[in-house]
Amino acid sequence: MSTLALRTRRVAEIAALHADEVDREGRFPAEAVAALKAERLLGIQIPMQFGGESAGMSDIAEVCFALGQVCTAAAMVFAMHQIKVASLVTHGLDSDWHCSLMARIAEEQLLVASSTTEAGIGGDLRNSLCAVEADGEVFSLTKEASVISYGAHADLILATARRNPQAPTSDQVLVALMQDQITLTMTSRWDTLGMRGTCSDGFLLVARDVPLVQVLQKPFAEIAAQSMLASSHLLWSSVWFGIASFAVDRARAYVQGEARKKPGSVPPGALRLAEAANELQAMKGTVIAGLKRFEMAQGNVDDLSSIGFAVMLNNVKTTVSAMAVDIVQRALGIVGLAGYKNGTPFSLGRALRDVMSAPLMISNDRILANTANLLLVQKGGSQLMSA
Amino acid sequence: MVFVNDIRELLKGIGSLADCADRVSEEDDLFEKGLDSFGSVQLMLALEEKYNIEFPDHLLNRRSFSTIRIIRETVSALTVSAAA
Ligand SMILES: Cc1cc2nc3c(=O)[nH]c(=O)nc-3n(C[C@H](O)[C@H](O)[C@H](O)COP(=O)(O)OP(=O)(O)OC[C@H]3O[C@@H](n4cnc5c(N)ncnc54)[C@H](O)[C@@H]3O)c2cc1C
Repeated sequence: MSTLALRTRRVAEIAALHADEVDREGRFPAEAVAALKAERLLGIQIPMQFGGESAGMSDIAEVCFALGQVCTAAAMVFAMHQIKVASLVTHGLDSDWHCSLMARIAEEQLLVASSTTEAGIGGDLRNSLCAVEADGEVFSLTKEASVISYGAHADLILATARRNPQAPTSDQVLVALMQDQITLTMTSRWDTLGMRGTCSDGFLLVARDVPLVQVLQKPFAEIAAQSMLASSHLLWSSVWFGIASFAVDRARAYVQGEARKKPGSVPPGALRLAEAANELQAMKGTVIAGLKRFEMAQGNVDDLSSIGFAVMLNNVKTTVSAMAVDIVQRALGIVGLAGYKNGTPFSLGRALRDVMSAPLMISNDRILANTANLLLVQKGGSQLMSA
Repeated sequence: MVFVNDIRELLKGIGSLADCADRVSEEDDLFEKGLDSFGSVQLMLALEEKYNIEFPDHLLNRRSFSTIRIIRETVSALTVSAAA
Protein backbone atom coordinates (compact mmCIF):
# COMPACT_ATOMS: atom_id res chain seq x y z
CA MET A 1 0.00 0.00 0.00
CA SER A 2 1.34 3.48 -0.87
CA THR A 3 2.10 5.83 1.98
CA LEU A 4 -0.72 8.07 0.82
CA ALA A 5 -3.15 5.16 1.03
CA LEU A 6 -1.89 4.29 4.52
CA ARG A 7 -2.18 7.86 5.74
CA THR A 8 -5.67 8.04 4.26
CA ARG A 9 -6.67 4.82 5.96
CA ARG A 10 -5.58 6.13 9.34
CA VAL A 11 -7.68 9.27 8.85
CA ALA A 12 -10.65 7.20 7.65
CA GLU A 13 -10.50 5.04 10.77
CA ILE A 14 -10.77 8.09 12.99
CA ALA A 15 -13.45 9.71 10.81
CA ALA A 16 -15.57 6.54 10.94
CA LEU A 17 -15.58 6.53 14.75
CA HIS A 18 -17.23 9.95 14.94
CA ALA A 19 -19.33 10.01 11.76
CA ASP A 20 -22.68 9.23 13.38
CA GLU A 21 -22.23 11.80 16.09
CA VAL A 22 -21.02 14.44 13.62
CA ASP A 23 -24.20 13.83 11.62
CA ARG A 24 -26.57 13.68 14.57
CA GLU A 25 -25.26 16.81 16.23
CA GLY A 26 -24.53 18.62 12.99
CA ARG A 27 -21.08 19.39 14.29
CA PHE A 28 -17.74 19.95 12.57
CA PRO A 29 -15.79 16.70 12.07
CA ALA A 30 -13.01 18.03 14.29
CA GLU A 31 -11.33 14.67 14.96
CA ALA A 32 -11.14 13.77 11.27
CA VAL A 33 -9.79 17.20 10.34
CA ALA A 34 -7.22 16.98 13.14
CA ALA A 35 -6.20 13.60 11.70
CA LEU A 36 -5.95 15.09 8.20
CA LYS A 37 -3.60 17.70 9.63
CA ALA A 38 -1.61 15.14 11.62
CA GLU A 39 -1.12 13.09 8.45
CA ARG A 40 -0.28 16.36 6.65
CA LEU A 41 -2.90 15.70 4.00
CA LEU A 42 -4.14 19.31 3.82
CA GLY A 43 -0.96 20.31 1.99
CA ILE A 44 -0.48 17.42 -0.42
CA GLN A 45 -1.51 19.39 -3.49
CA ILE A 46 0.90 22.27 -2.77
CA PRO A 47 3.98 22.13 -5.06
CA MET A 48 7.06 20.54 -3.51
CA GLN A 49 9.02 23.79 -3.78
CA PHE A 50 6.60 25.27 -1.22
CA GLY A 51 6.75 22.31 1.13
CA GLY A 52 3.89 20.26 -0.28
CA GLU A 53 3.87 16.99 -2.20
CA SER A 54 2.67 18.12 -5.68
CA ALA A 55 -0.13 15.54 -5.51
CA GLY A 56 -2.31 15.27 -8.63
CA MET A 57 -6.09 15.32 -8.86
CA SER A 58 -6.39 11.52 -8.96
CA ASP A 59 -4.47 11.15 -5.69
CA ILE A 60 -6.73 13.69 -4.04
CA ALA A 61 -9.83 12.06 -5.51
CA GLU A 62 -8.70 8.78 -3.97
CA VAL A 63 -8.67 10.39 -0.50
CA CYS A 64 -12.12 11.93 -1.13
CA PHE A 65 -13.45 8.51 -2.14
CA ALA A 66 -12.00 6.79 0.93
CA LEU A 67 -13.41 9.38 3.33
CA GLY A 68 -16.73 9.50 1.47
CA GLN A 69 -17.30 5.90 2.44
CA VAL A 70 -17.03 6.60 6.17
CA CYS A 71 -17.81 10.25 6.94
CA THR A 72 -19.20 12.41 4.18
CA ALA A 73 -18.75 15.59 6.20
CA ALA A 74 -15.01 14.95 6.59
CA ALA A 75 -14.82 13.94 2.92
CA MET A 76 -16.59 17.10 1.75
CA VAL A 77 -14.48 19.34 3.98
CA PHE A 78 -11.34 17.77 2.52
CA ALA A 79 -12.70 18.03 -1.05
CA MET A 80 -13.74 21.68 -0.69
CA HIS A 81 -10.39 22.58 0.87
CA GLN A 82 -8.52 20.94 -2.01
CA ILE A 83 -10.75 22.66 -4.59
CA LYS A 84 -9.66 26.01 -3.16
CA VAL A 85 -6.03 24.93 -3.02
CA ALA A 86 -6.27 23.88 -6.70
CA SER A 87 -7.12 27.48 -7.60
CA LEU A 88 -4.11 28.76 -5.64
CA VAL A 89 -1.77 26.21 -7.18
CA THR A 90 -3.01 26.87 -10.71
CA HIS A 91 -3.27 30.64 -10.57
CA GLY A 92 -1.17 31.89 -7.66
CA LEU A 93 2.34 31.01 -8.81
CA ASP A 94 3.08 34.47 -10.21
CA SER A 95 2.16 36.23 -6.95
CA ASP A 96 4.68 36.32 -4.10
CA TRP A 97 1.91 36.70 -1.55
CA HIS A 98 0.06 33.63 -2.80
CA CYS A 99 3.29 31.61 -2.99
CA SER A 100 3.98 32.32 0.66
CA LEU A 101 0.35 31.47 1.44
CA MET A 102 0.87 28.08 -0.21
CA ALA A 103 3.98 27.54 1.89
CA ARG A 104 1.97 28.40 5.01
CA ILE A 105 -0.84 26.02 4.07
CA ALA A 106 1.69 23.19 3.75
CA GLU A 107 3.68 24.11 6.84
CA GLU A 108 0.84 25.01 9.21
CA GLN A 109 -1.80 22.76 7.59
CA LEU A 110 -4.20 25.69 7.22
CA LEU A 111 -7.81 24.86 6.32
CA VAL A 112 -9.26 26.83 3.38
CA ALA A 113 -13.00 27.49 2.93
CA SER A 114 -14.97 28.86 0.00
CA SER A 115 -17.46 31.67 -0.39
CA THR A 116 -19.07 31.90 -3.80
CA THR A 117 -22.78 31.63 -2.95
CA GLU A 118 -24.33 35.00 -2.16
CA ALA A 119 -27.75 36.23 -1.14
CA GLY A 120 -29.53 37.45 -4.27
CA ILE A 121 -27.32 35.34 -6.55
CA GLY A 122 -27.71 31.80 -5.24
CA GLY A 123 -25.60 29.11 -6.86
CA ASP A 124 -24.68 31.17 -9.91
CA LEU A 125 -20.93 30.94 -9.42
CA ARG A 126 -20.16 33.33 -12.25
CA ASN A 127 -21.90 36.41 -10.87
CA SER A 128 -21.32 38.44 -7.72
CA LEU A 129 -23.03 41.43 -6.17
CA CYS A 130 -20.43 42.29 -3.51
CA ALA A 131 -17.35 44.17 -4.72
CA VAL A 132 -13.73 44.75 -3.81
CA GLU A 133 -13.55 48.37 -2.63
CA ALA A 134 -9.95 49.49 -2.94
CA ASP A 135 -8.50 52.38 -0.98
CA GLY A 136 -4.81 52.87 -1.73
CA GLU A 137 -3.00 49.61 -1.09
CA VAL A 138 -5.84 47.97 0.84
CA PHE A 139 -9.43 46.97 0.19
CA SER A 140 -12.61 46.20 2.05
CA LEU A 141 -15.35 43.72 1.18
CA THR A 142 -18.79 43.01 2.61
CA LYS A 143 -20.52 39.86 1.43
CA GLU A 144 -23.86 38.32 2.36
CA ALA A 145 -22.45 34.83 2.14
CA SER A 146 -25.49 32.61 2.49
CA VAL A 147 -23.48 29.36 2.63
CA ILE A 148 -19.87 28.91 3.78
CA SER A 149 -19.06 25.34 4.73
CA TYR A 150 -17.00 25.18 7.95
CA GLY A 151 -16.70 28.98 7.72
CA ALA A 152 -16.36 29.24 11.47
CA HIS A 153 -13.56 26.64 11.52
CA ALA A 154 -11.46 27.74 8.55
CA ASP A 155 -8.10 29.51 8.72
CA LEU A 156 -8.88 31.42 5.55
CA ILE A 157 -11.67 31.91 3.03
CA LEU A 158 -11.37 32.37 -0.71
CA ALA A 159 -14.28 34.57 -1.76
CA THR A 160 -15.58 35.76 -5.11
CA ALA A 161 -16.47 39.43 -5.59
CA ARG A 162 -16.82 41.95 -8.38
CA ARG A 163 -13.46 43.45 -9.38
CA ASN A 164 -14.60 46.92 -8.23
CA PRO A 165 -17.88 48.64 -7.36
CA GLN A 166 -18.35 49.74 -11.02
CA ALA A 167 -17.68 46.32 -12.55
CA PRO A 168 -20.48 44.25 -14.09
CA THR A 169 -21.64 41.32 -11.95
CA SER A 170 -19.79 38.87 -14.21
CA ASP A 171 -16.38 40.61 -13.90
CA GLN A 172 -15.22 38.83 -10.77
CA VAL A 173 -11.99 38.23 -8.86
CA LEU A 174 -11.05 35.72 -6.16
CA VAL A 175 -9.72 37.16 -2.91
CA ALA A 176 -7.97 35.37 -0.06
CA LEU A 177 -9.13 36.50 3.38
CA MET A 178 -7.29 35.34 6.47
CA GLN A 179 -9.37 34.55 9.52
CA ASP A 180 -7.92 37.48 11.49
CA GLN A 181 -8.78 39.93 8.70
CA ILE A 182 -12.51 39.26 8.73
CA THR A 183 -15.51 39.20 10.98
CA LEU A 184 -18.16 36.57 10.37
CA THR A 185 -21.61 37.17 11.80
CA MET A 186 -23.80 34.12 11.53
CA THR A 187 -27.02 34.84 9.65
CA SER A 188 -28.39 31.30 9.26
CA ARG A 189 -27.71 27.95 10.83
CA TRP A 190 -27.04 24.85 8.73
CA ASP A 191 -29.72 22.56 10.14
CA THR A 192 -30.24 20.30 7.14
CA LEU A 193 -31.41 16.91 5.98
CA GLY A 194 -27.86 15.70 5.32
CA MET A 195 -24.25 16.82 4.99
CA ARG A 196 -24.89 18.17 8.45
CA GLY A 197 -21.29 18.09 9.62
CA THR A 198 -20.14 20.45 6.86
CA CYS A 199 -21.56 23.22 9.09
CA SER A 200 -22.37 25.29 6.01
CA ASP A 201 -23.83 28.21 7.94
CA GLY A 202 -24.70 31.56 6.42
CA PHE A 203 -22.65 34.61 7.39
CA LEU A 204 -22.31 38.28 6.89
CA LEU A 205 -18.64 38.44 5.92
CA VAL A 206 -16.90 41.76 6.50
CA ALA A 207 -13.25 42.33 5.61
CA ARG A 208 -11.38 45.58 6.28
CA ASP A 209 -7.91 46.86 5.43
CA VAL A 210 -6.87 43.77 3.51
CA PRO A 211 -3.76 44.29 1.35
CA LEU A 212 -4.63 44.36 -2.36
CA VAL A 213 -1.94 41.75 -3.06
CA GLN A 214 -4.37 39.20 -1.66
CA VAL A 215 -6.58 39.57 -4.74
CA LEU A 216 -5.68 37.01 -7.40
CA GLN A 217 -5.09 39.02 -10.56
CA LYS A 218 -6.50 36.48 -13.02
CA PRO A 219 -10.17 37.06 -13.89
CA PHE A 220 -12.26 34.64 -11.83
CA ALA A 221 -13.84 33.46 -15.11
CA GLU A 222 -10.49 31.91 -16.03
CA ILE A 223 -9.92 30.50 -12.55
CA ALA A 224 -13.38 28.93 -12.66
CA ALA A 225 -12.85 27.43 -16.10
CA GLN A 226 -9.27 26.25 -15.67
CA SER A 227 -9.20 24.92 -12.12
CA MET A 228 -12.36 25.31 -10.08
CA LEU A 229 -14.91 23.75 -12.43
CA ALA A 230 -12.76 20.66 -12.89
CA SER A 231 -11.64 20.25 -9.30
CA SER A 232 -15.15 20.83 -7.90
CA HIS A 233 -16.93 18.42 -10.15
CA LEU A 234 -14.26 15.74 -9.98
CA LEU A 235 -13.68 15.86 -6.23
CA TRP A 236 -17.36 16.18 -5.30
CA SER A 237 -18.03 13.27 -7.62
CA SER A 238 -15.36 11.23 -5.85
CA VAL A 239 -17.07 11.89 -2.50
CA TRP A 240 -20.45 10.89 -3.96
CA PHE A 241 -18.89 7.78 -5.45
CA GLY A 242 -17.68 6.96 -1.95
CA ILE A 243 -21.23 7.26 -0.59
CA ALA A 244 -22.66 5.09 -3.39
CA SER A 245 -19.93 2.46 -2.89
CA PHE A 246 -20.66 2.37 0.82
CA ALA A 247 -24.34 1.76 0.09
CA VAL A 248 -23.63 -1.01 -2.41
CA ASP A 249 -21.22 -2.61 0.07
CA ARG A 250 -24.00 -2.73 2.64
CA ALA A 251 -26.46 -4.13 0.11
CA ARG A 252 -23.94 -6.77 -0.94
CA ALA A 253 -23.27 -7.79 2.67
CA TYR A 254 -27.01 -8.05 3.22
CA VAL A 255 -27.62 -10.22 0.15
CA GLN A 256 -24.66 -12.44 0.99
CA GLY A 257 -26.07 -12.90 4.49
CA GLU A 258 -29.40 -13.94 3.01
CA ALA A 259 -27.66 -16.36 0.67
CA ARG A 260 -25.83 -18.00 3.56
CA LYS A 261 -29.10 -18.49 5.42
CA LYS A 262 -30.64 -20.42 2.50
CA PRO A 263 -27.88 -22.31 0.71
CA GLY A 264 -28.82 -23.51 -2.75
CA SER A 265 -31.03 -20.56 -3.64
CA VAL A 266 -30.19 -17.08 -4.95
CA PRO A 267 -31.86 -14.47 -2.73
CA PRO A 268 -34.35 -12.21 -4.50
CA GLY A 269 -32.27 -9.13 -3.74
CA ALA A 270 -29.33 -10.50 -5.75
CA LEU A 271 -30.78 -9.39 -9.07
CA ARG A 272 -31.30 -5.87 -7.75
CA LEU A 273 -27.77 -5.98 -6.35
CA ALA A 274 -26.48 -6.88 -9.81
CA GLU A 275 -28.26 -3.80 -11.18
CA ALA A 276 -26.86 -1.56 -8.46
CA ALA A 277 -23.33 -2.92 -9.00
CA ASN A 278 -23.75 -2.33 -12.71
CA GLU A 279 -24.70 1.30 -12.18
CA LEU A 280 -21.91 1.77 -9.66
CA GLN A 281 -19.40 0.60 -12.26
CA ALA A 282 -20.81 3.02 -14.85
CA MET A 283 -20.55 5.77 -12.24
CA LYS A 284 -16.94 4.87 -11.51
CA GLY A 285 -16.14 4.89 -15.22
CA THR A 286 -17.57 8.40 -15.53
CA VAL A 287 -15.52 9.71 -12.61
CA ILE A 288 -12.30 8.09 -13.79
CA ALA A 289 -12.74 9.23 -17.40
CA GLY A 290 -13.23 12.78 -16.10
CA LEU A 291 -10.11 12.57 -13.95
CA LYS A 292 -8.02 11.16 -16.84
CA ARG A 293 -9.28 13.80 -19.24
CA PHE A 294 -8.44 16.52 -16.71
CA GLU A 295 -4.95 15.20 -16.08
CA MET A 296 -4.32 15.01 -19.84
CA ALA A 297 -5.35 18.65 -20.22
CA GLN A 298 -3.20 19.87 -17.31
CA GLY A 299 -1.16 22.90 -18.25
CA ASN A 300 -2.93 23.31 -21.60
CA VAL A 301 -4.90 26.50 -21.09
CA ASP A 302 -6.70 26.27 -24.45
CA ASP A 303 -7.83 22.73 -23.76
CA LEU A 304 -8.92 23.56 -20.21
CA SER A 305 -10.95 26.55 -21.42
CA SER A 306 -12.48 24.81 -24.41
CA ILE A 307 -16.21 24.24 -24.73
CA GLY A 308 -15.79 20.50 -25.09
CA PHE A 309 -13.95 20.33 -21.79
CA ALA A 310 -16.60 22.35 -19.94
CA VAL A 311 -19.39 20.22 -21.40
CA MET A 312 -17.57 17.05 -20.35
CA LEU A 313 -17.16 18.26 -16.77
CA ASN A 314 -20.75 19.50 -16.52
CA ASN A 315 -21.89 16.08 -17.69
CA VAL A 316 -19.73 14.35 -15.09
CA LYS A 317 -21.40 16.38 -12.34
CA THR A 318 -25.01 16.02 -13.45
CA THR A 319 -24.62 12.31 -14.31
CA VAL A 320 -22.69 11.27 -11.23
CA SER A 321 -24.85 13.23 -8.76
CA ALA A 322 -28.04 11.69 -10.16
CA MET A 323 -26.53 8.19 -10.24
CA ALA A 324 -25.32 8.49 -6.67
CA VAL A 325 -28.85 9.19 -5.40
CA ASP A 326 -30.26 6.39 -7.52
CA ILE A 327 -27.69 3.85 -6.35
CA VAL A 328 -28.23 4.59 -2.65
CA GLN A 329 -31.99 4.27 -3.18
CA ARG A 330 -31.51 0.95 -4.95
CA ALA A 331 -29.34 -0.25 -2.06
CA LEU A 332 -32.07 0.71 0.37
CA GLY A 333 -34.60 -1.23 -1.67
CA ILE A 334 -32.37 -4.32 -1.47
CA VAL A 335 -31.72 -4.08 2.26
CA GLY A 336 -35.25 -3.04 3.18
CA LEU A 337 -36.17 -2.17 6.73
CA ALA A 338 -32.73 -3.04 8.08
CA GLY A 339 -31.43 -0.17 5.97
CA TYR A 340 -34.27 2.17 6.84
CA LYS A 341 -33.66 1.74 10.57
CA ASN A 342 -30.85 3.59 12.26
CA GLY A 343 -28.21 1.69 14.20
CA THR A 344 -28.22 -1.60 12.28
CA PRO A 345 -25.18 -2.96 10.40
CA PHE A 346 -27.10 -2.13 7.21
CA SER A 347 -28.43 1.37 8.04
CA LEU A 348 -28.53 3.61 4.99
CA GLY A 349 -30.38 6.63 6.35
CA ARG A 350 -27.33 8.84 6.72
CA ALA A 351 -25.98 7.91 3.28
CA LEU A 352 -29.36 8.63 1.70
CA ARG A 353 -29.75 11.98 3.43
CA ASP A 354 -26.19 13.02 2.57
CA VAL A 355 -26.34 11.97 -1.06
CA MET A 356 -29.56 13.91 -1.66
CA SER A 357 -27.41 17.07 -1.58
CA ALA A 358 -25.49 16.03 -4.69
CA PRO A 359 -27.95 17.21 -7.34
CA LEU A 360 -28.53 20.47 -5.40
CA MET A 361 -24.91 21.37 -4.79
CA ILE A 362 -24.94 23.79 -7.72
CA SER A 363 -28.35 22.80 -9.02
CA ASN A 364 -28.24 20.23 -11.81
CA ASP A 365 -30.80 22.31 -13.71
CA ARG A 366 -28.48 25.30 -13.55
CA ILE A 367 -25.62 23.19 -14.89
CA LEU A 368 -27.77 21.62 -17.61
CA ALA A 369 -28.92 25.09 -18.69
CA ASN A 370 -25.26 26.07 -19.00
CA THR A 371 -24.48 22.93 -21.00
CA ALA A 372 -27.48 23.57 -23.24
CA ASN A 373 -26.03 26.96 -24.12
CA LEU A 374 -22.61 25.50 -24.86
CA LEU A 375 -24.06 22.77 -27.06
CA LEU A 376 -25.35 25.46 -29.43
CA VAL A 377 -21.80 25.91 -30.67
CA GLN A 378 -19.87 22.75 -29.79
CA LYS A 379 -18.57 20.78 -32.75
CA GLY A 380 -18.71 17.00 -32.87
CA GLY A 381 -16.31 14.43 -34.27
CA SER A 382 -14.01 13.45 -31.42
CA GLN A 383 -12.45 10.01 -31.19
CA LEU A 384 -13.45 7.21 -28.83
CA MET A 385 -10.27 7.47 -26.81
CA SER A 386 -10.11 11.29 -26.77
CA ALA A 387 -12.60 13.67 -25.14
CA MET B 1 -14.42 42.29 -45.35
CA VAL B 2 -15.03 42.31 -41.64
CA PHE B 3 -15.82 45.77 -40.32
CA VAL B 4 -15.55 46.90 -36.75
CA ASN B 5 -18.92 48.62 -36.98
CA ASP B 6 -20.62 45.41 -38.07
CA ILE B 7 -19.17 43.67 -35.02
CA ARG B 8 -20.42 46.51 -32.85
CA GLU B 9 -23.91 46.03 -34.28
CA LEU B 10 -23.78 42.36 -33.29
CA LEU B 11 -22.55 43.29 -29.80
CA LYS B 12 -25.67 45.42 -29.35
CA GLY B 13 -27.70 42.24 -29.62
CA ILE B 14 -25.91 40.75 -26.61
CA GLY B 15 -27.94 41.68 -23.53
CA SER B 16 -25.07 42.41 -21.18
CA LEU B 17 -23.23 44.58 -23.76
CA ALA B 18 -26.18 46.32 -25.37
CA ASP B 19 -25.67 49.56 -23.46
CA CYS B 20 -21.95 49.97 -24.01
CA ALA B 21 -21.42 48.45 -27.47
CA ASP B 22 -21.04 51.91 -29.05
CA ARG B 23 -18.46 53.01 -26.52
CA VAL B 24 -16.07 50.07 -26.15
CA SER B 25 -12.77 50.52 -27.91
CA GLU B 26 -11.27 47.86 -30.15
CA GLU B 27 -8.87 46.91 -27.39
CA ASP B 28 -11.27 46.89 -24.43
CA ASP B 29 -11.68 43.53 -22.75
CA LEU B 30 -15.32 42.66 -23.46
CA PHE B 31 -15.45 40.35 -20.46
CA GLU B 32 -14.66 43.32 -18.21
CA LYS B 33 -17.60 45.10 -19.84
CA GLY B 34 -20.01 42.36 -18.84
CA LEU B 35 -19.71 39.70 -21.54
CA ASP B 36 -20.30 36.28 -19.95
CA SER B 37 -20.17 32.74 -21.24
CA PHE B 38 -23.82 32.84 -22.28
CA GLY B 39 -23.22 36.09 -24.17
CA SER B 40 -20.09 34.77 -25.87
CA VAL B 41 -22.01 31.79 -27.24
CA GLN B 42 -24.74 34.11 -28.55
CA LEU B 43 -22.06 36.33 -30.10
CA MET B 44 -20.41 33.37 -31.78
CA LEU B 45 -23.72 32.23 -33.25
CA ALA B 46 -24.38 35.74 -34.58
CA LEU B 47 -20.92 35.91 -36.18
CA GLU B 48 -21.30 32.45 -37.75
CA GLU B 49 -24.63 33.47 -39.25
CA LYS B 50 -23.51 36.85 -40.52
CA TYR B 51 -20.24 35.73 -42.11
CA ASN B 52 -21.30 32.23 -43.06
CA ILE B 53 -18.39 30.68 -41.18
CA GLU B 54 -17.92 28.02 -38.51
CA PHE B 55 -15.66 28.46 -35.52
CA PRO B 56 -13.53 25.33 -35.20
CA ASP B 57 -13.27 23.76 -31.74
CA HIS B 58 -9.82 25.16 -31.03
CA LEU B 59 -11.13 28.73 -31.38
CA LEU B 60 -14.07 28.14 -29.07
CA ASN B 61 -12.39 29.80 -26.12
CA ARG B 62 -12.53 32.98 -24.14
CA ARG B 63 -9.61 34.60 -25.93
CA SER B 64 -11.31 34.53 -29.36
CA PHE B 65 -14.05 36.84 -28.05
CA SER B 66 -12.09 39.00 -25.67
CA THR B 67 -11.78 42.18 -27.77
CA ILE B 68 -13.31 43.62 -30.94
CA ARG B 69 -9.87 43.55 -32.58
CA ILE B 70 -9.35 39.86 -31.88
CA ILE B 71 -12.88 39.06 -33.06
CA ARG B 72 -12.20 40.93 -36.30
CA GLU B 73 -8.89 39.14 -36.88
CA THR B 74 -10.34 35.73 -36.08
CA VAL B 75 -13.40 36.19 -38.26
CA SER B 76 -11.26 37.60 -41.10
CA ALA B 77 -9.01 34.54 -41.00
CA LEU B 78 -12.03 32.24 -41.01
CA THR B 79 -13.73 34.02 -43.95
CA VAL B 80 -10.49 33.78 -45.96
CA SER B 81 -10.17 30.07 -45.29
CA ALA B 82 -13.88 29.54 -46.04
CA ALA B 83 -13.43 31.25 -49.43
CA ALA B 84 -10.26 29.31 -50.29
C1 LIG C 1 -23.17 20.41 1.26
C2 LIG C 1 -23.09 21.76 0.63
C3 LIG C 1 -22.01 22.57 0.89
C4 LIG C 1 -21.91 23.84 0.32
N1 LIG C 1 -20.83 24.61 0.62
C5 LIG C 1 -20.70 25.83 0.08
C6 LIG C 1 -19.57 26.64 0.39
O1 LIG C 1 -18.69 26.24 1.14
N2 LIG C 1 -19.49 27.85 -0.16
C7 LIG C 1 -20.42 28.33 -1.01
O2 LIG C 1 -20.26 29.43 -1.50
N3 LIG C 1 -21.51 27.60 -1.35
C8 LIG C 1 -21.67 26.35 -0.81
N4 LIG C 1 -22.77 25.59 -1.11
C9 LIG C 1 -23.82 26.17 -1.96
C10 LIG C 1 -23.75 25.68 -3.40
O3 LIG C 1 -22.54 26.06 -3.95
C11 LIG C 1 -24.90 26.28 -4.21
O4 LIG C 1 -24.84 27.65 -4.17
C12 LIG C 1 -26.21 25.89 -3.67
O5 LIG C 1 -26.27 24.49 -3.56
C13 LIG C 1 -27.33 26.39 -4.55
O6 LIG C 1 -28.40 26.59 -3.70
P1 LIG C 1 -29.89 26.98 -4.13
O7 LIG C 1 -30.53 25.73 -4.59
O8 LIG C 1 -30.49 27.70 -3.02
O9 LIG C 1 -29.71 28.08 -5.19
P2 LIG C 1 -30.00 28.41 -6.68
O10 LIG C 1 -28.80 28.16 -7.48
O11 LIG C 1 -30.46 29.80 -6.65
O12 LIG C 1 -31.13 27.47 -7.21
C14 LIG C 1 -32.44 27.38 -6.67
C15 LIG C 1 -33.28 26.55 -7.60
O13 LIG C 1 -33.69 27.34 -8.69
C16 LIG C 1 -33.55 26.68 -9.91
N5 LIG C 1 -32.65 27.46 -10.79
C17 LIG C 1 -32.04 28.59 -10.46
N6 LIG C 1 -31.36 29.09 -11.50
C18 LIG C 1 -31.53 28.26 -12.52
C19 LIG C 1 -31.07 28.25 -13.86
N7 LIG C 1 -30.30 29.21 -14.37
N8 LIG C 1 -31.43 27.23 -14.62
C20 LIG C 1 -32.22 26.25 -14.14
N9 LIG C 1 -32.69 26.23 -12.88
C21 LIG C 1 -32.34 27.22 -12.07
C22 LIG C 1 -33.08 25.28 -9.60
O14 LIG C 1 -34.16 24.40 -9.61
C23 LIG C 1 -32.54 25.38 -8.21
O15 LIG C 1 -32.71 24.20 -7.49
C24 LIG C 1 -22.92 24.32 -0.55
C25 LIG C 1 -24.01 23.49 -0.84
C26 LIG C 1 -24.12 22.23 -0.26
C27 LIG C 1 -25.29 21.37 -0.58
